[in-house]
Amino acid sequence: MDSNIALTMRGICMTFPGVKALDNVDFTLKKGEIRALMGENGAGKSTLIKCLTGVNKFEAGEIHVDGIEGPIVNKDTMDAQHKGISTVYQEVNLCPNLSVAENLYIGREPLTKIGTVNRRKMNQMAAQLMKDLDLEIEVTRNLEEYSLALQQMIAIARAVDMESKVLILDEPTSSLDDNEVEKLFGMMKRLRDQGVGIIFVTHFLEQVYAVCDGITVLRNGTLVGEYTVEELPRVKLVAAMMGKDFDDLASIKPEGTTDFSKVPLEIDAKGLSHSGTIKPFDLEIHKGEVVGLTGLLGSGRSELARVIYGADRAQSGTLKVAGQDVKVKSPIDAMNLGMGLLPDDRKAEGIIGDLSVRENIILAMQAKAGIFKKIPMAKQIEIADKYIEMLQIKTASRETLIKRLSGGNQQKVILARWLATNPDFLILDEPTRGIDIGTKTEIQKLVIKLAQEGKSLIFISSEIEEMLRTCNRMAVLRDGAKVGEIDGSDMTQEGVMHAIAGGASHE
Amino acid sequence: MKKKLNGNSILLLITVILFVVMYAAGCVVYANKGFTHLQTFLNILINNAGLICITAGMTCVMLTGGIDISVGSVVAMDCMFLAVGMEEWGMKSPVLMLLVLLIGIVFGIVQGFCIAYLDIQPFIVTMAGMFFARGMTAVICTDQVSIVSDALFVKLSNMKLNIPFNIGAYENKKGILQIPYVRITVVIALLVVLLIFLMLKYTKFGRSIYAVGGNSQSATLMGLDVRKTKMKTYVLASFLASIGGICYCLNTMCGTTTQASGLEMDAISSAVIGGTLLTGGVGNVGGSLVGVLINGTISTLVKSHGKLVSSWANIVTAILLCFFIVLQAILAKIKESKKA
Repeated sequence: MDSNIALTMRGICMTFPGVKALDNVDFTLKKGEIRALMGENGAGKSTLIKCLTGVNKFEAGEIHVDGIEGPIVNKDTMDAQHKGISTVYQEVNLCPNLSVAENLYIGREPLTKIGTVNRRKMNQMAAQLMKDLDLEIEVTRNLEEYSLALQQMIAIARAVDMESKVLILDEPTSSLDDNEVEKLFGMMKRLRDQGVGIIFVTHFLEQVYAVCDGITVLRNGTLVGEYTVEELPRVKLVAAMMGKDFDDLASIKPEGTTDFSKVPLEIDAKGLSHSGTIKPFDLEIHKGEVVGLTGLLGSGRSELARVIYGADRAQSGTLKVAGQDVKVKSPIDAMNLGMGLLPDDRKAEGIIGDLSVRENIILAMQAKAGIFKKIPMAKQIEIADKYIEMLQIKTASRETLIKRLSGGNQQKVILARWLATNPDFLILDEPTRGIDIGTKTEIQKLVIKLAQEGKSLIFISSEIEEMLRTCNRMAVLRDGAKVGEIDGSDMTQEGVMHAIAGGASHE
Repeated sequence: MKKKLNGNSILLLITVILFVVMYAAGCVVYANKGFTHLQTFLNILINNAGLICITAGMTCVMLTGGIDISVGSVVAMDCMFLAVGMEEWGMKSPVLMLLVLLIGIVFGIVQGFCIAYLDIQPFIVTMAGMFFARGMTAVICTDQVSIVSDALFVKLSNMKLNIPFNIGAYENKKGILQIPYVRITVVIALLVVLLIFLMLKYTKFGRSIYAVGGNSQSATLMGLDVRKTKMKTYVLASFLASIGGICYCLNTMCGTTTQASGLEMDAISSAVIGGTLLTGGVGNVGGSLVGVLINGTISTLVKSHGKLVSSWANIVTAILLCFFIVLQAILAKIKESKKA
């Protein structure tokens, strides 16, 4: 093996029931290289990673790692770690009830002479590690006291400290804000300079070009190619992932701005609030209008939506829906008023893993109809098939359990669930997070189509570009309060950034 | 370094305060019935020594997010085995005690294997264990057997360990100096609590228990052997149940088919009151000890009243349990809303 190579995978094959997940895939990672692993949902990225880390057993192929003679087969993640392959997953996989230091060192704690855990030394080591990585974290406190973003950084710190030769980062940036992403990239570059090979799985195209040296593209379980960043500019990358040329930056919004001032209001909120999450706010949404909520992660975007939807009960203010005064005490009230909410945390709040795709689609409809009015099976099948077709949900059948679907397809199923209830007002909280670019555009187009049909929407996304393409107007949030609105000519990348940053940008 | 109180230590603090308040109230109200004497407190320890050992094991199991409802029946089986062994089979008590501990370990291995490696619900597995042990008790003997013939065992049972320096000593009405004492079982129980406390805090195994209870998937991904940890925890729980069984037997000096029924529930309620979450990952054995003491204080208070039926102790325990579960739920909600 070339001494410059950290990892090679050759001819990896892997089958799931009914699907060829990986077909003869090769992968090469050099030492001191950050390589993006790209592909649409279901292209086989996660499966390839799981084969590498021993979670999945592959049927054919070989894996070689620098410093170990002959092909390796990892029994489990621990085994992979011992061979120098560490992973940080999309969801933070640490123990919230243990201290930060323990999360960093559990399983390999420093021991005292009599074989007990040397807590003092462990805390010292952890504090030093945090300092080296420029993180302000008190290591003796419980992990759950820190934000998801910091937990993610801690997870990476753990992997980093394992003296890994190969570090796999699976969607590490999806819960981080820009500042934290910068910090992470700094960390990644430092590690690269130390000779670590990093596999970076992400959906953010900009991030690939910001930090990566090479790109490997998969499509439908096969290798499309291994490139350097220079060889593969953005448009070509998208084309490689999708297998066709693509209107990435083309405008999908109809030209010209609509004047909504004469259109009746669908939602008219005055002074709604929920203590601890969102300060009193006013929000008007016209029929057929898409209003974007923008702001930094944790600025209260989701919380504002939750109050309107009744997921958090409003503690002050009034709400009018289609001109009528209403009280929304719980989501079922909201549903009966024709609202729908696609939550951002689809694992915890959205999917029910052990139900089929059809059952998951039908769920909200059934809840609205009441449990005693069972929707006839023929109708269920019809609806399920309609949305599977319309949203191009990739599933073996409509009766497949939803947990067997890839993340992006799960997201589509939840979207289908709400569309099936035919709501007048739909809140989409990060509907495109973790979704491949092709589907993203599909969803954006769908949003605009729904608005044209006269539905009102709230669209929440961390990607400003995406919001600019879909929204008629944007409300800006900062620190749990609505601080302003932007529309018309102010709706540009700079205008939005400026509004989000507020006065702070001038200091 | 300033360490902020988090929700879990608040729970423990409330438990301790509750115990102190309850005991102080007892001292005020029942001062004339000897509640203020140190011996009353020591009697709570003596009466509950077996339960303390069992609760220590239960705490470990609950920390992993599991449960073990077989322990009460295991105690009954142990007592019957000891009693019949000494009285009818003529075996010596040291041999029998070793056998009891061995049985506990084997029992734990079987249960732990089913739970950890066959992925069967702990509740179902240990319920089977509960029926089995209770059944075995009757198979060994259906009569009540009192232990009288084994000199060593009787001596251990009657042994009084006086508190040194006459702390808490007083003269009774006849003018005889009463020196407070504990039984050997109390020493065993406190030793168990101490060892489990150190084990949970300072050993890899102990920390793995917390990790498994916190998030077993994460624990697996961080390279911990979750199955082995669970297995060992159930073995430990059954082993401690056997130690508890011996302590229990030293206290009652007999074996019957019905004794120690519901003891597992006492252990669970003590652990919960002591701040252990049923969902796992949070709690410690010190809290569980206080939990046992609270339960013991309640029944002592009811007894001191004299006119109340002993069932009132159950009702007070029920109220306390509700209080603590509600409190835990509220604290969990607060924690969540803070994060959001």
